[in-house]
Amino acid sequence: MPQQITIAVFSENKAGLLHRVTTSFTRRKINIESLTASESEVPGIHRYTIVVEITPADADKLVHALEKQVDIQKAFWYSNEEIIFREIALYKIRAEAMTDGSPALDVVDRHHARILSVEEHFTVIQKTGRREATTQLFKELEPYGILEFVRSGRVAISRPMKELKDYLVELKIASAR
Amino acid sequence: MSTTTKPDSTGTSTPSNRISGSEAVVRCLLEEGVDLVFGYPGGAIMPVYDELYKYSDQIHHVLVRHEQGATHAAQGYARSSGRVGACIATSGPGATNLITGIADAMIDSTPMVCITGQVPKHLLGSDAFQETDVMGITIPITKWSFQITEASEIPEVFAKAFYVAKSGRPGPVVIDITKNAQFGELDYQYERCEVVKTYVARPDVGRNELQEAADLINSAKRPYILFGQGVILSEAEDELKAFVEKAGIPAAWTIMGLSAMNTDHPLNVGMLGMHGNYGPNVMINECDVMIAIGMRFDDRVTGNLEKFAKQAKVIHLEIDRAEIDKNVKTDVALVGDAKEVLGLLTPLVNSNSHEAWHQKFKECDAMEFDKVIQNECSPTEGMMTMGEVIKNLNKHTHGEAIIVTDVGQHQMVACRYAEFKQTKSNITSGGLGTMGFGLPAAIGAKLGAPDRQVIAVVGDGGIQMTIEELGVILQTDVHVKIVLLNNEFLGMVRQWQQLFFDKRYSATEMVNPDFQKIAEAYKIESKRIDERADLDQAIETMLDHDGAYFLEVMVGKENNVFPMVPSGAGVSEIRLE
Repeated sequence: MPQQITIAVFSENKAGLLHRVTTSFTRRKINIESLTASESEVPGIHRYTIVVEITPADADKLVHALEKQVDIQKAFWYSNEEIIFREIALYKIRAEAMTDGSPALDVVDRHHARILSVEEHFTVIQKTGRREATTQLFKELEPYGILEFVRSGRVAISRPMKELKDYLVELKIASAR
Repeated sequence: MSTTTKPDSTGTSTPSNRISGSEAVVRCLLEEGVDLVFGYPGGAIMPVYDELYKYSDQIHHVLVRHEQGATHAAQGYARSSGRVGACIATSGPGATNLITGIADAMIDSTPMVCITGQVPKHLLGSDAFQETDVMGITIPITKWSFQITEASEIPEVFAKAFYVAKSGRPGPVVIDITKNAQFGELDYQYERCEVVKTYVARPDVGRNELQEAADLINSAKRPYILFGQGVILSEAEDELKAFVEKAGIPAAWTIMGLSAMNTDHPLNVGMLGMHGNYGPNVMINECDVMIAIGMRFDDRVTGNLEKFAKQAKVIHLEIDRAEIDKNVKTDVALVGDAKEVLGLLTPLVNSNSHEAWHQKFKECDAMEFDKVIQNECSPTEGMMTMGEVIKNLNKHTHGEAIIVTDVGQHQMVACRYAEFKQTKSNITSGGLGTMGFGLPAAIGAKLGAPDRQVIAVVGDGGIQMTIEELGVILQTDVHVKIVLLNNEFLGMVRQWQQLFFDKRYSATEMVNPDFQKIAEAYKIESKRIDERADLDQAIETMLDHDGAYFLEVMVGKENNVFPMVPSGAGVSEIRLE
């Protein structure tokens, strides 16, 4: 059965590499639900965190196809149980909806969201959490008029204790053979 | 590597080290031992061509007539010689014309480096004349690619390109070079690449897995080896032979594995696949241990996966980890180089002969001979068949020739019946099935193995896709022999239309030109025959002729290739008629 899978791809940061990563998905007609590119804990190594809906068997094949790429160091896939993950969402709300005593403020409070910026005509709210939580906040703020909404891709930390550095050491030994 | 001038004591380069990017391109090729390139000039690659002119005593440039021809010729060269094929094209249409050959090299694991010119860096993305996004287009069909926009990048990128192309599971690499990088200057110094830290060329096979594989093989009652091109690419032919002979296991080859063993070796049971031999297909569902070596379980080999070797334990020896469990679930994965792993595995397996098991293959062979081979290869009436032409070729070449095929019925017949006594003797487009591959690949194969007889077996459809490459034979005097099996049809498609589309021959009948006149126009000796009685002499004349030769054989228009595993069927459902 297809399930939500998070794929972590580690590579050097080079022009064209994102294209190589995404072609591995598109040629298999796998839709990317979210994609985040960032640094990793190892200097010079970037990571892509990609969320897809596929079967574990397909995830295995996909990860091996990704690792086969010359410029990709390592790729892993995780089920949701194997990671701690978050997304960040920003909501731009009309200023008048956020005046003292407004029920919208209660909503923000209840969701443990943060008021990021208060401007003359609008207020920006920030909520970090899983998608269901940011979506729920969206629904509850909607009646007060959301001027703009954006949600980041997923960022995820794996539960297994083996560090990327250990894999990279193994890889270095292997590639030097 | 050492033709380069070292930096002087002050750490700066001596003047002779300062060269143009385009000269660096040519010197990098020389560093990698390239003495032959296939290509076609154009605006964005002219600086490199100017250097090729200056270095023409060291690098032979073969001018093709279409860039697709350059890629297939480079593939043929790579596969007959075991070296990296190189080709050069200009930007835009020059580069896009390479695509088919690059995709073909990718799926058939052929080491090839393609160099494309590109518009100057400052014009990238501006829709400049003959600009196209070569990186974007080729990323999905290359093992690696890089766009060079500064001259200083050239040596390192070339070194990596050649290393990546030929190491591990080989494949095509594209280097796109902007014109400013060709005109620019650099302090030239070349170091061969021997390691890329993000890439493992030769995985280390696990010792436990080796023992598990050996235990499975030693306890097997009906073991069966399927081998592919990986054996040829890792030059593991001797190791395969030693393994097969010690373990006494019947071995079948994929279309890409042809010639990795001698055809007449008693343990070679024949060809796998949709049009392979009967026994090798049927026994897939009879064996208890399957040992797959350097092959990737292509769907043309497996047929319906749900009906493929479900009873067998599967050992898969393969250098590309991504192939393990991709199509067929493996019980023991031996991820590594075939030569190395077979060398380690053979001492662990017991000597055996499995005679009763062999007998089952022989029984199948007898059925196939009666139902198919006899009629195909020794007919006494009607028009000539493709099979009898190939058999006659065998008679004259004694299995010593390199057979290059195009794609279609003639390809299947050639692969079924051609005999091989040397490795690297079968050059065909296996994975991509590229019509038009045969003629340019044969030209490249001959240039890669000039001392061997190279015979292109082609159909009337395929040859017309790249027939312009006869111009290379004319200009470069390449002594290839071309055998055109002319049935005036796109035969394989017609066969499917007959079998599966109630004989609705949609767009498969060919009105052909006079091929003899075409050969004559290119000053190639030629002959056309349509009588069986003339075949033997015609082939002898062709092979004896000191130069290229074009032999056109008129064969039955509506002959079919059998056996056949119908599309979607299991391998046991193979049809003999």
